[in-house]
Parts: sequence; structure tokens; C-alpha cells
Amino acid sequence: MHELLAAATDKPQFLLGNEAIVRGAVEAGVRVVAAYPGTPSSEIIDRFFQFGSEAGIYVEYSTNEKVSMEVACAAAISGVRSLCAMKHVGLNVAADAFMTLAGVGVKAGMVIVVADDPFLHSSQNEQDTRYYAKMAGVPMLEPATPEEAYRMSIEAFQISERFGVPCLLRTSTRVNHCRGPVRVGTIADTMAVRGVFNKDPFNLVVIPAVGRKLRLVQLERIGKIKEHAEKSPLNFTVGNGGLGIITSGISWLHVQDAVRSLGIGDKVKILKLGFTNPSPKAVIREFLSGVEKALVVEEIEPVLEEAVRLVAQESKINIEIAGKGPGLVPREFELDAAKVKRAMATFFGVPFEQPEAYAAPGLPQRPPTLCPGCPHRATYYSVKQVFGEEAVYPSDIGCYTLGVLPPLKMADFLICMGSGVSTAGGFSKVLDRPVVAFIGDSTFFHAGITGLVNAVAHDHRFLLVILDNGTTAMTGHQPHPGVELTLAGKVEPKVSIEKLVRGCGVKNVAVVNPLQVKKTQAVLRDIKARMNETGGVSVLIAKSPCPLFEMRALKKKKKIVFEVAESAESGESCKRCVVELGCPAFAVTVREGGGEIVGIDEALCNGCSVCSQICDGIKPKRV
Amino acid sequence: MSKNDLAVRIFFTGVGGQGTLLATRFVGEAALEEGLPVLMSEIHGMAQRGGVVESTVVVGEGISPTIADGEADIVVAFEPLEAARALPKCGPKSVVITGTTPILPFTVSIGQGSYPELKSLYRMIEPRVSMLLKVDAESLARAADAARSSNVVMIGVLAGTGLLPISRENWEKAMQKVLPDKLIEANERAFESGYRAGRQAA
Repeated sequence: MHELLAAATDKPQFLLGNEAIVRGAVEAGVRVVAAYPGTPSSEIIDRFFQFGSEAGIYVEYSTNEKVSMEVACAAAISGVRSLCAMKHVGLNVAADAFMTLAGVGVKAGMVIVVADDPFLHSSQNEQDTRYYAKMAGVPMLEPATPEEAYRMSIEAFQISERFGVPCLLRTSTRVNHCRGPVRVGTIADTMAVRGVFNKDPFNLVVIPAVGRKLRLVQLERIGKIKEHAEKSPLNFTVGNGGLGIITSGISWLHVQDAVRSLGIGDKVKILKLGFTNPSPKAVIREFLSGVEKALVVEEIEPVLEEAVRLVAQESKINIEIAGKGPGLVPREFELDAAKVKRAMATFFGVPFEQPEAYAAPGLPQRPPTLCPGCPHRATYYSVKQVFGEEAVYPSDIGCYTLGVLPPLKMADFLICMGSGVSTAGGFSKVLDRPVVAFIGDSTFFHAGITGLVNAVAHDHRFLLVILDNGTTAMTGHQPHPGVELTLAGKVEPKVSIEKLVRGCGVKNVAVVNPLQVKKTQAVLRDIKARMNETGGVSVLIAKSPCPLFEMRALKKKKKIVFEVAESAESGESCKRCVVELGCPAFAVTVREGGGEIVGIDEALCNGCSVCSQICDGIKPKRV
Repeated sequence: MSKNDLAVRIFFTGVGGQGTLLATRFVGEAALEEGLPVLMSEIHGMAQRGGVVESTVVVGEGISPTIADGEADIVVAFEPLEAARALPKCGPKSVVITGTTPILPFTVSIGQGSYPELKSLYRMIEPRVSMLLKVDAESLARAADAARSSNVVMIGVLAGTGLLPISRENWEKAMQKVLPDKLIEANERAFESGYRAGRQAA
């Protein structure tokens, strides 16, 4: 049995925030779960995928977040509890479904987990999902700890079902990836359930007349949810002092820590909000009436602060309120206890001496990089050899985005999933330079196909390279519709990328194994020549499995590695391999008496052979 | 010190592939076995591709799992360059436990920049913290016939220092939870050798 399905004991389990959400949802009887992986939300769908069939839960890795939300909402409309989970920018993709679903509503509980990423640990922006909850008028819960994530996951299903609207469970990286004790409850049963669909087109088919009716229903519903939020025990106060602090989510932990270490526990009164949308105005009003001044502590945007200021204005409460601002709570990046202490010290006038920060200057950086043997490196190398510095290289989101770093430097523009394909078309219309776009296989399914159809339809002129490593590597090797290798063994792909590309109307299509350097470059030169003649869109599918995943799935052991031949060791190395390929298995050493020599770290070398194809001085060696 | 006053912030740092997250979880589970209030925080994502992996364990009621600059009571660095990089997390009272085997950053191995001499890394840390414990975890692991368990050696050292109020029994229970049965014996040897080194040093 999967550990997340284990029966409750008298001892707490040490769960990741994401696992706590999963456990809560299972106890709440979720039966349909759909998601596209995205850090820091991925473990939610991954855990469900591990035990779905065992627990009577239908689980799918959807092609993108919008699809996942639509699959989940159909279940909830049919009376089956459902959940979808995504990272913050995933909600942008799903926003079209989200905004109208918020009006149409659901029959059974539906929970939408959205994970924000303050400090952009692994994201392209720092947007604040709480604005989405406000815009859609859906209930929103914000846990601070794994324990709360577990409880709120259950509560979110109840709220959703009670008010007939999806409930948003908003987390942030430090909640998703925080592990803490959770006392789990009982899983009622693990029987799969079938839905019931009652035809009701004049409430479920959103033509304008229906939409107008639903708009009124929605506004009335928001009022009812607000009444519920006002009474929710998820919003509570701590302490009896005159210095007010209002907070939610992970900031609650920073606040407790700061209060404790400043020793002002008897001077403060804290309002901790867990049910934050619709804003519980009466709760906030009562709190503001009982304090001398109030500091709002929250990450990213001043969402809570604006709500608090609004209450003060409406209720004519004339106390000093602060939140974001110089010396106060920063708007950018994550908070920590020190930042919160500084804000409290500034606003409350309590003594706090910032400790002297030690510096450790001049250390070499350790940036993440493409792994040894990564086929993306080989593809980038060959494309650069053929198209050179002149070409513009729009890129996309995945491991291969690391190609932006030297020495490859093969990414010129990136904004979001799928932008590689569509922007390539736009560039081609205004630039007289070759345009070569890159997109990964999973990202192509997620957001690349419509862009490709558009490019074909409008005679955009570029080469699209689909970096097909047979998995969604960056987020932890999740499957996608085109996979041929799974942890359960080899499978026939459900959707062939090549056929799909041809079906989109692309005529100039080639498939190569990028680890075969000469062949790949010959094909690229051929494509380049044809692009000059005929224009239009060409697609090169560079297909070679992610070596990390292949090793895991096939339990493959490496049989050969590569080494620098003795004959090549006599002189100084030309370092072309290092300068042009930059595989992390290379090691440059300075020899006595000067001169640099390249070696290969046998432990790191994956045996891909690419370097030996560009340099005669590199030879295979059995291990 | 009563449980209510307890506040220990441990910052872990290492390189992708060193087993730092497993080691961190081991510490968290041990604290939980001991019945201590504990949170652990980890950062995934880009860090997995040969980059720095940072995680924390904080023990005590109402402690933020994000450790601010200057606030780490203990730093456990699985790699010496990363110990130096974590120096901003330290203050005069911090204890730093570091592994002594360098892992060259990719930038260094391709000849951009150089790896500082270990001595200079230690000199950067030692005078500014209360104690710097240098642990040749790889040799200890090999000597314990558990070559792949240098991460567990490091946790053994942490346990041996007694800086965390966790009984030996609960450390062992926690190991059972985080490791599969077939790996327990070797890791117990690794833990024991680290534990002894930690006790001697403390």
C-alpha cells in the first residue's frame, strides 16, 4: 500500500505540504485528479499517479493546465469530487476555463490548487494568484504549514460543494516544499464512483443570456461565501496586545518567529487569516477596532493590505496601517523572519539590531547545467555549427532552457510555455535573419501545436527544433502523450509527434538522433538550403531519450565512457570540446610548466560519444 | 531548556546528487520521533541539474522554516565550497559541520574560475563562527564499508555533537523510516562512525 494511503495512527506523519494536500483530498473522497506538472506543485499529481488505481481515483497527466481544469470540472459537474493542481503561471493557461467556471459552478466539490513561487525559484515570474481568486470571486484558502494544508484540503472540498463553486487552495513554494508533522484522519473508502449528469443547458451552456443570469447568481454566491468566511475558524486571532499584525500563508510562520525573537509576544495581537477570499471584512473590522496600529505582513503583492485599508476606510477606523513600503515589508521575493523583524521594528518602534551579515566573496558559482550525455547539448551544438551566431533562437520552457548559459548560449527569447514557436513566426516576419526555435516534446504538446498550425497557415519562415527526450524531464520525468518509455516499460506512443507535425501541415519534416553528430548536421544543412529556396516552416525532431530517465526506466548501466587518448595528452589541448560543447564531465587542468590539458571525469561521463565525434583525440573505453 | 524555549535552526547545503534531501529528512524524522515540533524546507527544481541544493530543519514552536542571514545555529555542508557559500547564514554562535571532499563546479572544471584552496575556505569560516567541524565523510564512509553513505556519516556527526536533544534510539527509528531495509546495516555503520567523530569533537 502507498504510504499516503496508510491508516491513521496515534503518531503524526512527516509530510511534504504537497503530500498533505493529497492526503486531505483522498480523505475528502476525491475521485478525479488531473494536472500538468509544474514546480512547486508537481508532487501533488505525482503522488496521485503513484496510487490512483489502488485508491479508486482516476488520475491523468493532462496536456496542459486548461485541459486539466476542464477534465476536472466535468467530473465535478457530474457530481464527482475532483482536483486539479498547477503552478501559478499554469493558472494563466487555465484562466479562460477558470473565469467562466467560477460563474457556472459545480455540483460536487472541486479544488484547484495553485502554487505561487515567490523569489522565482523555478519560474519566469512572481505573479500573485490571490488576484485571480478576487477576479473570479471564488473562495480561497491559504495554508501556512503541512498540517494546515491537510486540513484546508479537506475543508476546501466542503466549501466548494456547499457553495457549488470551485475552491482555490493557494500555496507558495515554502508551503508546498515544507515537510512537517501531520495527524491524518480516516479514508472512508476507495471505491471508484460513476457520475450523474442531468441535462440543464440553460445553466450549463454559457451563451450570453445564460451568462447574464449566472453573473447575478455568482454575485449573490460571493455574498454567501463571505458570510461563511466571517465565521470560519480558519481565521483567528492570537495575543492581546495593542500592536496589530495581520497575516496569511507562510508569512504566519515568519511573523511568529519574529515576534518570538523580538520578545514582543505580550505587546502584539495577530490576526491570522486562512480563508482570505472573499475578504472577511467583519473579522478584519473587529480586529482593527481593538488595536492601536496594524502591520500587514504578506508575500508579493499588497492584496491583504488593500483589503484591510478598504475595511478601515469603509468603517472609518482611523488607525495607522502599513504593509509594503521602504523599511517595511518588501514586495519582491520571499520573506523571512529577519525581514519581518525589520518591518516590525520600523513600524512598532521596537529595538532591533540587524546582525552583521558575513560575506563570502569571490567564490566560483555553481549554476545548474545540462547533464553529461544530455541530447539537448548535442542538438544545440549541431544547430550552432550550421546556423551560427546570425540566427535568432527563440526558446521554450524545460531543461533545455539551460542552453541559454555559456558555452552554448542557444536561447535568445523566452516568455512562457509555447512562446518559442509563435514568437519564431513573428520574428520571421520582421527580421532578415534565419530563425530557429526550440521546444521540448512535453511543452510542444502543452502549448506548441496551435502556434505551429498558425505558422503553417501564415507562411512563417523558420525551423522549429523539437527536442524530444521522451519525457517531461525538468519536473521529474512525468509522461506525456508521445512517450515510448515509461517506468512500467516500453509502450506504443499514443500520439506520434512526427505524425502530429505532418498533420499540422508541415511538409519539410525530418527526424534525427542528435547523438549522431555528422548525420544531424547533414540534415540541418539540407533543411537550411531548402528553407532558403522554399521558405515556410520546417521541423526537425531531435529524438534521443533523457539519459537520467532511460537509466531509471531500463535500469541501464553504462558500458563505455570516453577518455582523452594518450597521444592527445602530449601537447596542449585545443579545448574546442570545452569551449563549444561544455559537457560537465570535462575537467581542465593546468599542467606543471604551464599549458592546459582537458581530461574527462570517468564517473561523470555518460558515454554519449558526442565529444569523440568532434575530436579525434577522444576515444572510448570499456568500464 | 524546556521544549517551549527550544529553537534550533539547521541549514543544509550541498550539490545535486549528494543525498542532502534524504539526509535532511532523516534529521526531521528523528526530531519527530523525539516528539519535538519540527519543520523541514527544501528547494527543488533547477537545483537538481548539478546546482546547489539547500534545505533546512527548524526545531521549536513557531519557527520559520526559512532561515534568514545570520540566523543558522548549525550549518551542515556536504561540500566545503558550499560551506563557505553558506557563511552569510552564520553568526558568531553558529556551528559549521562541513565535508572535506570538493566537488568541482562545472564552471571550474571547464577552466572558468578556480576552486579555492580548502585552507582558505576554512580560514574564511573558522574565525567567525563558534566551531568549524571538518569531517572527511567519504573516508569515514569507506572505512565503515558504506562508501555511498557519506551523507549519513554527516548526520551521524550532527547527532554525535549532541546539539539536538534527540536520543540515539530515535535516530535509529528515524533511519528505519527514511531508508529501505536492505540499506539499513551499511548506513548504521556510517551513522555510528560519524556519531563517534561528532562526540569527540563536541
